[in-house]
Amino acid sequence: MKKAILYINQFFAGIGGEEKADHAPEIREGLVGPGLALAASLKNAEITHTIICGDNFMGSRQDEAIAAIEGFLKDKEFDIFFAGPAFQAGRYGNACGVVSKFVQDKFGVYAVTSMNEENPGVEMFKKDVYIFPGGKSAAAMKVDTQKMAELGDKILALPEGEKPMFLAAEEGFYPRGVRHQVWLKDQKPASDRVVEMLLKKLAGEPFQTELPIPKIDRVDIAPPIADLSKATIAIITSGGIVPVANPDRIQSASATRWGRYDISELVDLETGVFKTIHAGFDPAAADADPDVIVPLDALKAYEKEGKIGKVHEYFYSTVGTGTTEAEAARMAREMIPYLREAGVDGVILTST
Amino acid sequence: MVKEIERAGFAIVQMCNLIPVAKTVGSNKIVPTISIPYPLGDPSTTKEAQYKLRYHRVGVALDALTADVHEQTVFPVKF
Repeated sequence: MKKAILYINQFFAGIGGEEKADHAPEIREGLVGPGLALAASLKNAEITHTIICGDNFMGSRQDEAIAAIEGFLKDKEFDIFFAGPAFQAGRYGNACGVVSKFVQDKFGVYAVTSMNEENPGVEMFKKDVYIFPGGKSAAAMKVDTQKMAELGDKILALPEGEKPMFLAAEEGFYPRGVRHQVWLKDQKPASDRVVEMLLKKLAGEPFQTELPIPKIDRVDIAPPIADLSKATIAIITSGGIVPVANPDRIQSASATRWGRYDISELVDLETGVFKTIHAGFDPAAADADPDVIVPLDALKAYEKEGKIGKVHEYFYSTVGTGTTEAEAARMAREMIPYLREAGVDGVILTST
Repeated sequence: MVKEIERAGFAIVQMCNLIPVAKTVGSNKIVPTISIPYPLGDPSTTKEAQYKLRYHRVGVALDALTADVHEQTVFPVKF
C-alpha cells in the first residue's frame, strides 16, 4: 500500500480558532480531522501522518515552519502529499500552497489541494500545484476531499517514473498554464478540426477553442522616462536572434531558455555572426540582416546623436513561438535582476 | 514578458506586428512593425529604405517610453 501525508491547520485539527493560530508545526501519526473524509475516498494510499500548523505561524514565520516540516518529513516514506481543503480561508490557502510547493520541490512527490476560487492561494499557487476548485466552507468537505482523492489515486496509479499528463479541462483542477503534447483518441488531424471549428463559427454555432487565452492580467503602465538623453535603453526580443552557434541552446519553439549577448562594441548585428533560430517564420530576411529584428544599428545611431544616454551592453533573446505565458513570464523575471544591475531605464521588446 | 518587466517598474514598449495579440495579453505601449519575419526592414526594398523605416520606428518607440499615457496605446508611425 502506498503512503500519503496530509497537511491541515490548527482549526481543522480541532486545536482551536484564531486564538490558536500561532500553533507551532507538529506531526501526528494517523488521521486527524479532514483526513477521515479524505481517507474514505482515497483508494491507492493510506494516510500515515498528518502535519498540523497554525495559519498565523505559517504566515509570519514561514521559514521556521517550513524548516520544521522538512525535519518531520525527511525520514518518512510517502508517495503523495495532500493539503487542506482550504475552502475560502486565505491564510490557510496560502499555507496549503506554500507547503505543497515546498514538498513537491524538495521531495519530488506530487501534491494536491483544494481551494475556493476566491481564495488568493489559487492565483498564487495554481501554476505550481494541482488545486481543485472547492466550496466556501467546511460544508463542502466531503465533495472537496473526494476530488483531491480521485486525482491522487490517478497519480498513484501511474507507472513508476511516468510524468502525469492530466488535462485541467478533464480533471477539473485550475489550469496551470502547462501545455502537453497529446494524441487525440479519434486521431482527427488539426486541419480537420480547424475547418470544423470555422464552419461552426460561420454558422453561428457554439464551438470550443483548443487554445483558450488565459484571463487577462493587466499591469499598471510604468512611469515614463523623464529624460531620454540620460537614459539607458535595453533591447529584448522574442524573435530568436542569437550568435550563430546558439551558445545557450535556446529552443526553436516552446522555449524555456534565454540568453543575453554583449553588444557594447558593436554598431549593428552582422549576418553570419548573428542569426535567428526561431522556427515560427522564414528566417531568410533576419539571417541576412539581424537588425530587422534587433534594431541595434538604429539604437546606436540614436545613442551617437544623444537622443538616448546609452544602449545597455547586452541584448536579451528567446523564442516566442509555442512558448507558454508562464514560461515567458519566468524568463522575463530572470532577466530583471540584470536590467536592474545595469541601471536600465527603458526597454524595447521586439516580437515576431 | 512585457508585463513582467513593466510590473518591475521599467518603462517598456513592444514593437510587434500582431497588435491585437499584444493588446490581448496586456502590452500597454505598442509600436507597429511591418511583418513577422522582418519586423523592421522589408528585404524587397533597398538597404537605405530599410534603415530609414527602422530608424523612424525605433525613434517612435523611444518617444513612447517618455509618453505619459494612461491606457493601452498604439503609437502611430509615418512609414
